[in-house]
Amino acid sequence: MPVVNKAMTEANSRDLFPGALEMMILESLRRVPAHGYALVQHIQQRSNNLLQVEEGSLYPALQRLLKAKLVKAEWQLSSTNRRVRTYQITVRGLRRPEQQISSFERMFEGISLVLNPGKAITS
Amino acid sequence: MDWIAQIFRRRKFSEDLSEEIRLHIEERAEQLMRDGMSAEEATRAARRAFGNRTLLEERSREVWQWPTLESIWADVRFALRQLRKSSGFTSAAVLTLALAIGANAVVFGVLNALILRPLNVPQAESLFVIQHGSDSYPDYLDLRQRNRSFDDVAVFAIRQSGLDTGKDPSNVWQYETSGNYFDVLRIQPYIGRFFHASDEHGPDSAPYVVLSYAYWHNHFQDDRTVVGSVVRLNKHPFTILGVAPPGFQGTILFFASDIFVPIVNHDQLSGDKILSARESRWMFETVGHLKPGVTPAQAIADLNSVDSYLKKSYPKEEGNEPYTLARPGLHGDYLNGPTRAFLTGLMLLSGLILLAACANLGSLFAARAADRSREVALRLALGSSRNRILRALFTESLLLSLAGGAAGLVASILLLRRLSVWQPFPRFPLHVPVSPDASVYLVALVLALVSGVLFGIVPVHQILRANPYEIVKAGSTGAFGRRTTVRDVLLVVQIAICAVLVTSSMVAVRGLLRSMHSNFGFDPRNAMLADTDLATAGYTGERVPAMQRRMIDALEAIPGVDSVGSVNWPPLEPPGGWQGMVYTDTTTDLSPSNAAADPYLYNVTPGYFRASGTSLLAGRAFTWQDDTNAPRVAVVNREFASKILGSVPDAVGRYFKLHDGSRVRVVGLVEDGKYLNLTEGQKPAMFLPLLQSPASWTWLVVRSKRDLTRDPQQLAAAMRSVLRGIDPAMVLAIRPWSTELGGILFPSRMATVSLGVLGLMGGMLSITGIFGMAAYSVSKRFKELGIRVALGAQRKEVLQAALGRAFKLLAIGSGVGLVLGLLGTKVLAFIVYQATPRDPLVLAGVVLAMTALGLLATWIPARRALSVNPLVMLRED
Repeated sequence: MPVVNKAMTEANSRDLFPGALEMMILESLRRVPAHGYALVQHIQQRSNNLLQVEEGSLYPALQRLLKAKLVKAEWQLSSTNRRVRTYQITVRGLRRPEQQISSFERMFEGISLVLNPGKAITS
Repeated sequence: MDWIAQIFRRRKFSEDLSEEIRLHIEERAEQLMRDGMSAEEATRAARRAFGNRTLLEERSREVWQWPTLESIWADVRFALRQLRKSSGFTSAAVLTLALAIGANAVVFGVLNALILRPLNVPQAESLFVIQHGSDSYPDYLDLRQRNRSFDDVAVFAIRQSGLDTGKDPSNVWQYETSGNYFDVLRIQPYIGRFFHASDEHGPDSAPYVVLSYAYWHNHFQDDRTVVGSVVRLNKHPFTILGVAPPGFQGTILFFASDIFVPIVNHDQLSGDKILSARESRWMFETVGHLKPGVTPAQAIADLNSVDSYLKKSYPKEEGNEPYTLARPGLHGDYLNGPTRAFLTGLMLLSGLILLAACANLGSLFAARAADRSREVALRLALGSSRNRILRALFTESLLLSLAGGAAGLVASILLLRRLSVWQPFPRFPLHVPVSPDASVYLVALVLALVSGVLFGIVPVHQILRANPYEIVKAGSTGAFGRRTTVRDVLLVVQIAICAVLVTSSMVAVRGLLRSMHSNFGFDPRNAMLADTDLATAGYTGERVPAMQRRMIDALEAIPGVDSVGSVNWPPLEPPGGWQGMVYTDTTTDLSPSNAAADPYLYNVTPGYFRASGTSLLAGRAFTWQDDTNAPRVAVVNREFASKILGSVPDAVGRYFKLHDGSRVRVVGLVEDGKYLNLTEGQKPAMFLPLLQSPASWTWLVVRSKRDLTRDPQQLAAAMRSVLRGIDPAMVLAIRPWSTELGGILFPSRMATVSLGVLGLMGGMLSITGIFGMAAYSVSKRFKELGIRVALGAQRKEVLQAALGRAFKLLAIGSGVGLVLGLLGTKVLAFIVYQATPRDPLVLAGVVLAMTALGLLATWIPARRALSVNPLVMLRED
């Protein structure tokens, strides 16, 4: 049915909160440069597999970060001797996440309060 | 620059991305294989985990694009590929649109040039034509002095003169203008100077002439030294002061005067004595700029206080018409009204044509979308968004409409240029200045875009409710094209429009044919006209009638000539005719309000009635003895007799009075005729002997004994040599009378031609429309028809199944169109003489034409439907 179709497309197109994926990528790259596959692994592991991100949706986000010059990319050979394109955070990228995280945390806190009115936030 | 580097690096980015994604999936698959999956399973799982690779790649690339511009460019390229694939559809669509948009651009170009565009003078928005019937020169002087609403008021009259620059004297058209004319219009000279109000010091005091740019360019070869030189106008020396700027042609758009002279020198140039005569109303047009802050309504009130002053001071001379204001350009309301009405009507009709074309293309587009439903469904299923598909569709329709619009615009520009240089009347400097400008281009562009959206929008609904799953499963016949109500309505509308056009063009053609063979009150066949202005040739006073008599005698001596006469202005000769107020014999107070009528007035020589073919019903024609020494006599038409004399049978012998008080005896009665235009009602007319009311500008009417239709030039040459023998310096224009009448038929001819063209286009559109619908319905129902044939349906039943609907729609559309068309022709009757919708021939013609269109359009689909071979058909699936 058309309605189902529409809903499905919407679900596919909206990965997470807008910008959330970029933020997680930047946060991961802040610790260590990585290629796309490694980034997906990292994000899924770190979230205890709670975040089931469609792997491909990483790439549009990476392109946005590249364009904004928050990361840079380079073809390298990995430790397993595989040709990979490694992303590295730039100086500009290093400065960026702090403000974004704080605004994201505020938003998250707001959402949690709405969803669980009884509980206090522990962080 | 950053973005330039981006363009060059983009290809690399794109390759990197594909490679990166390929490696990603590969790595994931290897990982899964290590976890124990088979190679095939692992690859599939890796792909599934990755998501829609194409979509994600596209979205990644989009990051680097100017999103709108580049995706539009991609759509354009896609649409071009699609259109190239179906070149027949594309060329049909472009041609249809080119015709429809071209027609609109042409009509709008004319409308724009004649009505919408302000006059080519500074501050045209405050310039107005002051209308007051016709004024005399003293009336103008009073108006100029007494009004409080205008900055200043200028006046002009139009005349022909002989201009002699020392070699080759030729006729020129001149504006005789008040001295302030150029200052009132706020025009600066191109070279030299203009004359001003300060140059006028009473009658014949300003022997100056200003040349129009075109005349200077053509006859003086842009020679700047002509300023200050002396030329002879009707033998009188005049000094060339300057040249008007290019493009300036006064306040009448379609009339291009050659020279401008001060009106105070009119008596000198014409030999008349009318400059200071209050009863001689010969001013052509009065114009002026409203003072800032004065509204037209205030100005009219002010002008009418001037009018009541004039009426009080000169009760005998003043007419009854109040003052009104009109926009300049088309000689006030005289031409503005009919031209505006006709052009608006044409604009409406051509708008309808475009609408019909859009309806046509819309249904073609819908059919195309239906045929492509499987492709659309596939694309939807593969994750393309509906927006994207609609955008592709609109790109196609807009591309088509822009291409059609461009082609139509080019054609219309060519046509408008041709129209601009065309001179419909050889004797007058009349032309239609309709060169296209930016607004025409803009209108064509807007029309193209609007029609693109209009016919692009038709299939939108289909696509929005398309269900890819159903379509892919069932095939294209399943979901689309069952309900075609919108397209049916479009087709009916289109056929109705076409029927309106066909009806009105047929009514116009019939009217034109009839008016060409109607009774004018004279017989233009086998008669020649020679336009002789003796004032131009330097004749004045007593020499004028003597010369006129001599010319008539000499022409009568030409072998084969039946009769010769003169008239001061032939009936039906544009731009107008003379009129003179008459009073019943018993009237003593000869003020205009007491006039019995204002009949047309012709000053003729004795031979005129025979030469013009005007039949004398009673009494006698004039003789050469009806001169200034004899009692005043007149010949009148039947209408005059019944309206002013009160009796037709006893008209001869009765008396009436002219405006100057003289009693005139009616000696003859002639048939009624047409005098000013063919659409007028029956008007009274009187004929006076030329010897009793002389005129220096007369037209010789020469009737031949032989049939002139084949070779009028032989007689023309004989006339020319005879007249040249009398006076070599005479300026002559000799033409068959029937050619001369072309002018009066011009409006109806234009109406007929434009309606005919539009009717033809409407016809073509409905052929393609019906054809498209019929062909489509046959091809969609091919299988069904095959089954019907297999089950034993007869040819008639097959045809009914296949084409019944098309014919039903055709009948409805034609019926509606016929009724609308007949209603519309009531408007047409004002332009085309004798155009009547109540004409059985027209009715039959429309019905026949529409049936023929229907048969023509359904012929091929019908053949196809009848050729259904059930065996072949059923085997196919």
